Amino acid sequence: MITFEGAAKHYPDGTVAVADLDLTVETGQTTVFVGPSGSGKTTSLRMINRMVEPTRGTVRIDGVDIRDRDPALLRRGIGYVIQQAGLFPHRTVLDNIATVPLLLGTPRRAARARAAELMELVGLDPAMGRRWPHQLSGGQQQRVGVARALAADPPVLLMDEPFSAVDPVVRTGLQDELLRLQQELRKTIVFVTHDIDEAVRLGDRIAVFRPGGELAQYDSPERLLTDPADDFVEGFVGHDRGVRRLSFFPARVLSLRDDVVFEDDLKVEDVRHIAAEHPWLLVVDTERSPVGWLSDRSLVDVPSGIRLSELDTVPFGHTFTVETDSLRAALDSAVLSPAGRAVGVDVDGRVLGVVTQDDLGAALWSVTE
Amino acid sequence: MSAPAAALDWAQGVWDWAAANWYYPDEPGRGIRPRLIEHIRLSYASIAIGLLLAVPLGLACVRWKPLYPPLLTGVNVLYAVPSIALFFLLLPYTGFSDWTAIVPLAVYTLVILLPNVVDGLHQVPDHVRQAAVAMGFGPLRRLVRVETPVALPVIIAGLRVASVATISMVSVASLVGLGGLGRLILSDGFRRQFDAPIVVGVVLVVLLAFATDALLVLAQRLLTPWARRDRPRTGSVRRRRAAATAAADAPALASTAVAPPGKG
Ligand SMILES: Nc1ncnc2c1ncn2[C@@H]1O[C@H](COP(=O)(O)OP(=O)(O)OP(=O)(O)O)[C@@H](O)[C@H]1O
Ligand SMILES: [Mg+2]
Repeated sequence: MITFEGAAKHYPDGTVAVADLDLTVETGQTTVFVGPSGSGKTTSLRMINRMVEPTRGTVRIDGVDIRDRDPALLRRGIGYVIQQAGLFPHRTVLDNIATVPLLLGTPRRAARARAAELMELVGLDPAMGRRWPHQLSGGQQQRVGVARALAADPPVLLMDEPFSAVDPVVRTGLQDELLRLQQELRKTIVFVTHDIDEAVRLGDRIAVFRPGGELAQYDSPERLLTDPADDFVEGFVGHDRGVRRLSFFPARVLSLRDDVVFEDDLKVEDVRHIAAEHPWLLVVDTERSPVGWLSDRSLVDVPSGIRLSELDTVPFGHTFTVETDSLRAALDSAVLSPAGRAVGVDVDGRVLGVVTQDDLGAALWSVTE
Repeated sequence: MSAPAAALDWAQGVWDWAAANWYYPDEPGRGIRPRLIEHIRLSYASIAIGLLLAVPLGLACVRWKPLYPPLLTGVNVLYAVPSIALFFLLLPYTGFSDWTAIVPLAVYTLVILLPNVVDGLHQVPDHVRQAAVAMGFGPLRRLVRVETPVALPVIIAGLRVASVATISMVSVASLVGLGGLGRLILSDGFRRQFDAPIVVGVVLVVLLAFATDALLVLAQRLLTPWARRDRPRTGSVRRRRAAATAAADAPALASTAVAPPGKG
């Protein structure tokens, strides 16, 4: 547990980087500091490993005032990851990862063996261990940065915008990886970002900072989106927070209908009576993989006896996985579908049913009210 | 005789002179070889001492920032004093010992190297320094284990400039009666109105400079295998400046001294 007790940082030029921060970071959780540029996130983060000394107040780790600890020794027990990875250009990837164990006196062989293990843990090919850092892509360097921070198995991990310098696809991959690692390792992570989406995705708890270094709100991601403390937080989380909140509700709550889903070996006359009532029918193959949408009008001129598989269909767009996706994914797939309907599938990709925008609207209304 | 044949004849003459005067077994102090060895001794000792001074001073300047401006101004002023004047000024104290040449030349090496050491250390990316702090490197360990190795390519680049300048300036030391290949150029050549010693001296100085530079390039490859070579390194502005100043001083002196026999 990390506690800030009235911790403040005032610079001699009058800048208040952090104003009286009171906050508790729970052990084994991911706490995200989010806020606009200059709101004191980095300063607060660095108070934890004494890279910044508060001008007032106290920071404790598990009840111990960190001023009682030697800074260098304290830091060897706290992992730290930064935006540009900060890898040592003159050391190989493997030796970069082994840095802290070597500082702690681990024999070189053991430190390197551990480093190779960590490379696998963060999803890197251990063969890359002999490369120099500049021979890696930005995303790979970032993974090395994470591995290096984990090398001495510190209970606390500080991450200052670790993923903001990589492209969105790589970033999503790194976030997934971090979620997976955290599932396994249960570290106390403090993560700084200015991206509210990243905060919501990764955080168990989110601290929103406002300019002037004040804490505006400290809450679970869901509470933050449902109930912003004030106009600043509301503006910061974005006016689309309603839609964003849908990520917290499972798509399972939707009632899917399968009476408009037909296998493609059926004949046109078998489905005509349904098409009279429903503007869109979903055609699936005999394995129940989606084939495409059929509009009621396209059936009008088709003579009887033709099989559905012989007709042209409209692409079905994105599907959503009923078991694992959120309402947000379902809504997304409905909005993007040419038929205005979302196709729900099971984890193997077999169609379970479709949901219309009306049904979706009703479900959204009932869960979010 | 045609021009090419005359040139060939002249080159043959120079070569014969060099072969005849290379080494006198019964007179070890005479000949070209002892001059070459003196030249290597004087220049390498100056470079080594300059380097040994520049690194700790550079580290100190980075650690205690206010130290750098006065120190740089101080050594720059020394650099402005023509080398020959410094040699003469030292003569009463150090006599005709090696130190008379080594002390000023080590100072010149220091002048060229100090900014390189300081710039090299300043160019260590901030995120690398921050990462070192955050992982629990103390200030001294960080300087020795992270910042100095990362600055090494810039330091070696400075060393290359300094070594060529120093090897060239050792020739001037001969003017005040110290050893080195300059004796061939200045004493023998000038006095006898005879150009073979000058040519041999100049060629050997140039070859020595090339060989030393090649050694340093090799050292750089071995010491900094991690430095990427596909990207121009940002020490080059200072490096060019240092090279320009060095060129403006040493060879200028050397060439004025060599000019009369060349014309004669
Ligand atoms: N050494 C310093 N002297 C004076 N002011 C400083 C110093 N270091 C930081 N500040 C100020 O403290 C404030 C908070 O800085 P901090 O780096 O914590 O912000 P941040 O929230 O991390 O911003 P960003 O998202 O841009 O990284 C800023 O206004 C900054 O200018
Ligand atoms: Mg910051």
